[in-house]
Amino acid sequence: KMASGQQWVLVEMVQAFYEAPAYHLILEGILILWIVRLLFSKTYKLQERSDLTDKEKEELIEEWQPEPLVPQVSKDHPSLKYDVVSGPPSHKIIVNGKECINFASFNFLGLLDNERVKVCALASLQKYGVGTCGPRGFYGTFDVHLELEERLAKFMRTEEAIIYSYGFATIASAIPAYSKRGDIVFVDEAACFSIQKGLQASRSVIKYFKHNDMEDLERLLKEQEVEDQKNPRKARVTRRFIVVEGLYINTADVCPLPELVNLKYKYKVRIFLEESMSFGVLGEHGRGVTEHFDVNIDDIDLISANMENAVASIGGFCCGRSFVIDHQRLSGQGYCFSASLPPMLAAAAIEALNIMENDPDIFTILREKCRHVHKSLQGIPGLKVVGEPFAPALHLQLERSSGSRETDMKMLPQHLLVCFQCLDRQIAVTQARYLDKEEKFLPSPSIRVVVTIEQTEVEIEKAANCIREAALAILK
Amino acid sequence: VKPEPEGTYIIICSCVNFFSPHFLLQNNHVARNGGMYKKPFVEYFEETPLLVAVLTYMGYGILTIFGYLRDFLRDWKIEKCHVAREREEQKDFVPLYQDFENFYTRNLYMRIRDNWNRPICSVPGAKMDLVERVTHDYNWTFEHTGKVIKDVINMGSYNYLGFAENTGACAAAAAEATQRYGAGVNSTRREMGNLDKHEELEVLVARFLGVEASMAFGMGFATNSMNIPALTGKGCLILSDELNHASLVLGARLSGSAIRVFKHNNMQSLEKLLRDAIVHGQPRTHRPWKKILILVEGIYSMEGSIVRLPEVIALKKKYKAYLYLDEAHSIGALGPGGKGVVDYFGLDPRDVDIMMGTFTKSFGAAGGYIGGKKELVDYLRTHSHSAVYATSMSPPVAQQIIASMKCIMGEDGTNLGRERLQQLSENTTYFRRRLHEMGFIIYGNEDSPVVPMMLYMPAKIGAFGREMLKRNIGTVVVGFPATPIIESRARFCISAAHTREMLDTALTAISEVGDLLQLKYSRQKTPSLEEDAYLESQD
Repeated sequence: KMASGQQWVLVEMVQAFYEAPAYHLILEGILILWIVRLLFSKTYKLQERSDLTDKEKEELIEEWQPEPLVPQVSKDHPSLKYDVVSGPPSHKIIVNGKECINFASFNFLGLLDNERVKVCALASLQKYGVGTCGPRGFYGTFDVHLELEERLAKFMRTEEAIIYSYGFATIASAIPAYSKRGDIVFVDEAACFSIQKGLQASRSVIKYFKHNDMEDLERLLKEQEVEDQKNPRKARVTRRFIVVEGLYINTADVCPLPELVNLKYKYKVRIFLEESMSFGVLGEHGRGVTEHFDVNIDDIDLISANMENAVASIGGFCCGRSFVIDHQRLSGQGYCFSASLPPMLAAAAIEALNIMENDPDIFTILREKCRHVHKSLQGIPGLKVVGEPFAPALHLQLERSSGSRETDMKMLPQHLLVCFQCLDRQIAVTQARYLDKEEKFLPSPSIRVVVTIEQTEVEIEKAANCIREAALAILK
Repeated sequence: VKPEPEGTYIIICSCVNFFSPHFLLQNNHVARNGGMYKKPFVEYFEETPLLVAVLTYMGYGILTIFGYLRDFLRDWKIEKCHVAREREEQKDFVPLYQDFENFYTRNLYMRIRDNWNRPICSVPGAKMDLVERVTHDYNWTFEHTGKVIKDVINMGSYNYLGFAENTGACAAAAAEATQRYGAGVNSTRREMGNLDKHEELEVLVARFLGVEASMAFGMGFATNSMNIPALTGKGCLILSDELNHASLVLGARLSGSAIRVFKHNNMQSLEKLLRDAIVHGQPRTHRPWKKILILVEGIYSMEGSIVRLPEVIALKKKYKAYLYLDEAHSIGALGPGGKGVVDYFGLDPRDVDIMMGTFTKSFGAAGGYIGGKKELVDYLRTHSHSAVYATSMSPPVAQQIIASMKCIMGEDGTNLGRERLQQLSENTTYFRRRLHEMGFIIYGNEDSPVVPMMLYMPAKIGAFGREMLKRNIGTVVVGFPATPIIESRARFCISAAHTREMLDTALTAISEVGDLLQLKYSRQKTPSLEEDAYLESQD
């Protein structure tokens, strides 16, 4: 009953349905299912139609030669042989068989060989064993982890904290959890490698601003504002972040946090702060760069730090408001898909936190020592000290940097020789290591000098003299 | 109410799965591929029964409708909103999360959230103590009552050889290392963090695997994500299995190479991709690929399947590709000597170019390793991201690995390693056979200690986890997005530390819960397995 041109009324349609023959309905049904299946079946990419015969294909397969899996590494590659440390990397460290004074491990607060920390770690080992045998979601959450998270949140005065089992993975998993394709991240040029990997994993648009240059950052933000006005709909869903470090590991200086907070509210950008070097170092109670500048911690959206420097354990944590942190429990890749931190290392971190809370004088002492070292290392011929006076990990760079990466790289072997000479004279310093081809903005070659609370004045004098002599001998 | 694409996404996903291979094809492989396999390779993936599939879709549909309803009520403040909120001062910032991203989390995951993240307060061995927690607001917040649920049988931890223990030779050695070295290292491998313990560990791992050299890293996940980019780059091709772990996917993405995915464990799919890649070269320019890397895992932890290694190696040799084998779950758990999937098939470790694995599962520690030829390890020592930027492994953890590895190899003077390996394979066979007899659908290879048992319906995920906990057995349940949407499952991890009594208790409870929740879907008879001498009769 096809009334052409007339409007179908619902009743008539239903009637038609009832009166249609069974085979018609079945056929229609099959056709509809087929269309649905075609719509949802996988689309096959059309491989380029080649007119190659099978014989030609076999020849191509025969002829193809891949590159070797890895390029040959020459036997005297400078990084092939590692310095071997026998025994613990404590204040008196035995490197390559020689006892030296340790100016190279990031053991700022001397907690690596602290007896109390070791006792707690042992007690935890006797209760839980070593490994956790599972990720956090599947019986890998121990009460020690929950306690550590609570303690960290309380120490930093935030709502919540989340811990990761590896320091590198902390910020590298946190950034991609929030920033996705299409979002914009403004990051400092001197950002460390783990931040770079996090940014790469996030697939967002990355904009670098010159190191600690707030004008450059403001210029970029203004440009973005202009872009936004062209497309307000897109701008309403594009998230923006600024990623900075509290104390930069590559340049040993602080970020200008108050100005950043001003920019945050002016341009509506969120701040992620990486505090690996400044946690347990800056601030009256060691709470980091927010305490150092007296900035309200709620103004920073996410603080991430690793526990492998001042806290002398393994792992990392992020802290902030629950609104921000809780998201990582389901989206942080390094959290969900990886085994949790061994409980003994978490117990060691809790005890380190106890020590830090009970004895806030150590931070002042550490900063005094840093100032002392900074002063002693001035005036070395050929090398200049890079870093703030209160930074515990300083760099010694060439005084006259030629400005070109190649010439600076040629000076690398000389830096190594300086380090070797120092090792000979029982001062353990190391060259700051980078991956030349992987870094976005390769820092200049430098020697890393680390200040710890266990170093005495005599030792610092000795170290300064030793470096001076070595520099005189080699860099002439 | 704003449109909720994720809700409809769930429905569409379900429809797509309707036509997926798992659903339509019966997959019962008994392969004896031209003598490549020394013993039968039996894997089963029984098809989803039609009625169950339909009911599962209906279940998800109802949950989605309720999800929309609840979101509506929350928006209009009729229902109290427990979700954490943005700060007042930042209300006019671009929202950090889009509402639709979290639809599934808010409305489905929250209802059964008590099955995950259960805190424990003892060694994660065969029996463990759980911290009791209650919720007064339907899983939005938890409170610890202060009580402890003791002696819960642990079917969820990756403790294949039972080395998660706080007494014994390994724990004593780890304690000694803690006393001597401390907990942390405070430096990277290339700077001042290379301890003599690390060198000792690497030599031992190389000897264990039968390769020339190896390198150890502090985190298993990071081993993949930091070393695959060092090995391949632009102009290379990575062929990755469909069901590879997130760390392999991340590593492949970070490397910048082209990635092509082949069907899970399907050698025809892999061969086709290899042929097409070599014949046609890179897309558009047709330049030849610099190298081709095949990424596979030893045991896939969600399916319980074992990679078809003999066939993969044959393909790799024929087409001159390189093979990266991730043995996170299979090292220590498979093979007569516990040396992984290569040992299980009786192949030559030199055929696998890059052998990667983790120490978390069978060795009771943490961290990962990569083993292979000396050139490979030399290259990684100089170019791996982890060696330059990440802290090295903690010394007590390294000592635990050394002690447990020596035990497995039999070098500690006891028979403990051999006994445990034997116990694990007996437990696996027994458990799988009994579950089959009871009528559950279980996936995977008959030798894999990872046993996924199908639940399908969303409500049963939560119900199964809770009912098993009531009977003092801790199990792991997984649903979307870790698995396809209608294939939710419970996953059991067998351990050498499980005694026959524990397994029997667990099996009785599973059968009880299975009857209660109607989980015995299987319509197959137990496939006839080869008679093995070590299967003593038990009834």
